[in-house]
Amino acid sequence: MTYAPTKSNSTVNGEFNANLSRRHRIARIWLIVFQVSTVIGIVVLTALLLNIINSAFGYVVIQNQIEPEELVLDGVPLEEQTKEQLVSILKSNISAGLFKRLENDMPFAERTRKDVYNLVIERVVEPTVEKTWSLTDSLFRKRQVFAEAAGEFPDGYITFQSWIDPKFVTSPQSSDPERAGVRTAILGSLWTIAITLLFAFPVGVGAAIYLEEYAGDNTINRIIQTNINNLAGVPSIIYGLLGLAIFVRAMEAFTSGSLFGLVDDPTTANGRTILSAGLTLGLLILPMIIINAQEAIKAVPNSLRQASYGLGATRWQTVWYHVLPNALPGILTGTILSISRAVGETAPLVVVGASTFITLDPEGPFSKFTTLPIQIYQWTARPQDEFRNIAAAAIIVLLILLLTLNASAVLLRNHYSRRLT
Amino acid sequence: MNEQNMISNLRQSNGKYAIESRHLNVFYGSFKAIEDVNLLIERQKITAIIGPSGCGKSTMLRSFNRMNELVPTAYAEGEVIFQGVNIYEEDIDPVEVRRRIGMVFQKPNPFPKSIYENVAWGARMNGYKGNMDELVEQSLKNAALWEEVYDKLDQSGLSLSGGQQQRLCIARAIAVRPDIILMDEPASALDPIATLKIEELMRDLSEKYTIIVVTHNMQQAARVSDFTAFFSMTPDRTGVLVEYGATNQIFTNPRDQRTEDYITGRFG
Repeated sequence: MTYAPTKSNSTVNGEFNANLSRRHRIARIWLIVFQVSTVIGIVVLTALLLNIINSAFGYVVIQNQIEPEELVLDGVPLEEQTKEQLVSILKSNISAGLFKRLENDMPFAERTRKDVYNLVIERVVEPTVEKTWSLTDSLFRKRQVFAEAAGEFPDGYITFQSWIDPKFVTSPQSSDPERAGVRTAILGSLWTIAITLLFAFPVGVGAAIYLEEYAGDNTINRIIQTNINNLAGVPSIIYGLLGLAIFVRAMEAFTSGSLFGLVDDPTTANGRTILSAGLTLGLLILPMIIINAQEAIKAVPNSLRQASYGLGATRWQTVWYHVLPNALPGILTGTILSISRAVGETAPLVVVGASTFITLDPEGPFSKFTTLPIQIYQWTARPQDEFRNIAAAAIIVLLILLLTLNASAVLLRNHYSRRLT
Repeated sequence: MNEQNMISNLRQSNGKYAIESRHLNVFYGSFKAIEDVNLLIERQKITAIIGPSGCGKSTMLRSFNRMNELVPTAYAEGEVIFQGVNIYEEDIDPVEVRRRIGMVFQKPNPFPKSIYENVAWGARMNGYKGNMDELVEQSLKNAALWEEVYDKLDQSGLSLSGGQQQRLCIARAIAVRPDIILMDEPASALDPIATLKIEELMRDLSEKYTIIVVTHNMQQAARVSDFTAFFSMTPDRTGVLVEYGATNQIFTNPRDQRTEDYITGRFG
């Protein structure tokens, strides 16, 4: 109902045209626009997650290369055979080279019976995924899936497979999608990020302190500031090229570790090491860390600085005891968000020379490396279906890693904010 | 001789005035904020600086301990003589000046630290070697805050009320043993009762310290101060000292018409 007093100043002289219904209608239209934008965002995010989950779980048909029944020895079924019998089965069914390699990994004399039994299942029975179905098919077309599986693979059996499981996280890279895992990639990512953080955090925060607390307002500093702002928008592949030129080529002696005599054979990795990758990503996120830290330092109330100076504190004492502690929550939040971006970067690492296939865990900053996004990128490029499934599983691992990082950013910020008030 | 010794030696010299400005001009870039101010501040008295908004009162106050220099474009011409030395001389360190001439701000701004740390921090930064607990207790007692906080010294300074926070800031200022305390509208953000407490505290402190206070509140200037300086501004907004004298005289028998207009409320 419209509030309409019989007589008031505004109705008497007619200067106002309240037009309330039209103003409320416009407000409602804008509200709907904002709600639709939010819903679109949520729908896109949900679609992304569903798409990944759809590939990471589902029915598979597995067919054994040799049925366990064929391996019955003197009437003793496979499960009950002794270790020596199992070793002889293994020896007669796999190539001599593979047998030798397994012997090298760990002599058969030292292996347990269960271990050898698992090897026989893995290498001789060799259950192989013949066909995979997505999660939606598995849930909503279950009958057709079973009929299809029975028709195409009468010898196979159907089972529900979760492509992401503890074994996937702890296994090294392999050319066989059923045995491949992301351990090498996770360790590579963690090592790289550690180097990135060690380089970018002190340099970035130091630059931010200088620019905010020391640098005067002159032309040179304004140019520097503009440059930093622009660097934050440079495509990441450009940083990859920069990293390739500086860290991999020009500073090869340093980044390969040969300068410190740490590698015997400098030809294996050259400069394409974790150190190069970490420093490149460090350059990439440096502008972001600087800008974030500057914002955090700007947000420290000036009254605190004045109070400190008024007591006869020097500039450094003011910065160290008041500005930095109060800016720390903001600096940490910005840093962790930058780190999250670095964890997900692929392009610059491809240029810097991430290894396409390594099964050995990185041992230190001078090792060859691969990271989670690189691994995902390579798996999605393979022709076999199963690689798409494990790529989806690796994406879930990467998302969990990123969520953990972001959650820790929130926790850190809350922790320090509470302490300060 | 370094400037610290120089100040210490001159400290004994029995000048009549705690601090004085001679032909002081302060600029912000090309803007002249105050012009040719000559002001003699008596020892252990309270001097109030009053005047309309924008007339350079705070600028004047801040030029006494070189706080203006924190504004990048600010600079001063002329002299401020403190214990026989011009504090604007090139070899004078503003850090040392600010320890000897402390400051209390308009809005209470305790550090986001414990009450104890708020008082102890400045002293520690300046290399205080005595018993810190005693210094904190003595400073809080002198700031009339000890009775209210002695059992919660480890609580945050921000947990106190506005008036208590302002007294904490005063305790913090006197913990570094200054000679002069500058107060920039110290009670303008406080309620009347807290204001009264601050005014009583200022009277107590003036037995030991020289206090210069900027205030918008003329009753406050009349109540609390011994001397009053009235600032006004020229048409191009530059602050000038119009009249300076004993508070009684300024408020009852101003010599300048502008002062009379201002204190009787016809202008301002």
